[in-house]
Amino acid sequence: MLAKRIIACLDIKNGRTVKGVNFENIRDAGNPVELGALYAGAGIDELVFLDITATNEKRKTLADLAKKIAAVINIPFTVGGGVSSIEDVRVLLQNGADKIAVNSAAFKNPSLIANLAKEFGSQCIVVAIDTKQEADGQWYVYLNGGTVPTTTTCLAWAQEAAILGAGEILLTSMNHDGTKAGFALDITAAVSNAVSIPVIASGGGGSMEHFEAVFKAGAADAALAASIFHFKEIEVHALKSFLLDKGLPIRL
Amino acid sequence: MNVAIVKYNAGNILSVTYALERLGISPVVTDHIEELQKADRVIFPGVGEASTAMHYLTERNLDTVIKNLEQPVLGICLGMQLLCSYSEENNTNCLSVFDERVVSFLPNGTDKIPQVGWNTISDYSSGLFNDLPENAYCYFVHGYYAALGPDTIATTNYILPYSAALHKNNFYGVQFHPEKSAAVGEKILQNFLDIV
Repeated sequence: MLAKRIIACLDIKNGRTVKGVNFENIRDAGNPVELGALYAGAGIDELVFLDITATNEKRKTLADLAKKIAAVINIPFTVGGGVSSIEDVRVLLQNGADKIAVNSAAFKNPSLIANLAKEFGSQCIVVAIDTKQEADGQWYVYLNGGTVPTTTTCLAWAQEAAILGAGEILLTSMNHDGTKAGFALDITAAVSNAVSIPVIASGGGGSMEHFEAVFKAGAADAALAASIFHFKEIEVHALKSFLLDKGLPIRL
Repeated sequence: MNVAIVKYNAGNILSVTYALERLGISPVVTDHIEELQKADRVIFPGVGEASTAMHYLTERNLDTVIKNLEQPVLGICLGMQLLCSYSEENNTNCLSVFDERVVSFLPNGTDKIPQVGWNTISDYSSGLFNDLPENAYCYFVHGYYAALGPDTIATTNYILPYSAALHKNNFYGVQFHPEKSAAVGEKILQNFLDIV
């Protein structure tokens, strides 16, 4: 049976993990490659590396990072952050990334998704969507790291992205991100039921019960978290044992 | 041991190279016919689309070379599918090493297509799975699958039971990605290298 996936996200700036990391048994807590390898050893199902560096050298630094990760990590990993062209994606895939996350560039130029799917196959194209529920109750798409609002609803964009050839949707609720109060179950379930591709829920995971809820009520195919893993508030193996006990298909 | 990885227009070649390096092997990535023929093991990887890949192989005469190899050969994902007789993906005639056909998952209203993620493999009947527990988890990414048939040596269930792995003579194929399947995948690659 296909397992529900637990994904750890590492935010990278200038080659270092940011957002805070609190790990023992690791020589350099800021080194994303070492941290990724530690998670892989602990049984995480996938890793996402998001580069938030803003420099002209970005493509090269991200490619170098992908290559270093691929050399040591024996599970799938996604790389993203400012990816905006076929050439960006080609370089990252050639350097060993399994999947590439595209966000604002795909929204601004939706044909990018179709072109990437045609060139490299849907399986490696993850469309990341940052969404926020406004006072009118609707969930809207936000761009540029959640700083630029749009008038497009999350559901409409997710459906369009899937039709264009996205392989997965990485859905982050800005209302929930960082709160540790639980994932956004309603919008996650709405998107998951509206598209025929897997949905990764992100933002708000703070307890093991939150993960159970996002897989059951939220109909998520995968759940992603960052700081709760970095700060060892939730240990990967304990989380997966808990979810297995709750009747979910989980790889242990 | 001299391991050759078939170089062609498909992805994940670097991942396979690194996975072998973690097992202490330094593979060569090559489309040079003699180099492929003289290797102790040949790995035929693949992420991509069937007709484009077959076209590329045929243009370079690699189709004939691959199906006539005599040492142990391991096809991975698209590589395994290309070793089958036919793929529904853009109506592609393949290498016909295995008798099975590759067809598309059909929507059943609940399961998503393509299958992405970790699924269990079972009903092993090959040394490729030596020392693995039943229902070991492997990483799959695919929208097409090889039906069950005489060459099936492991089964996976997604929407329906299908071939997780195939074996005929010196040819092996796995639908999942051993290079991305953590310790289980490493064991399967090691078992392939250890085939006598």
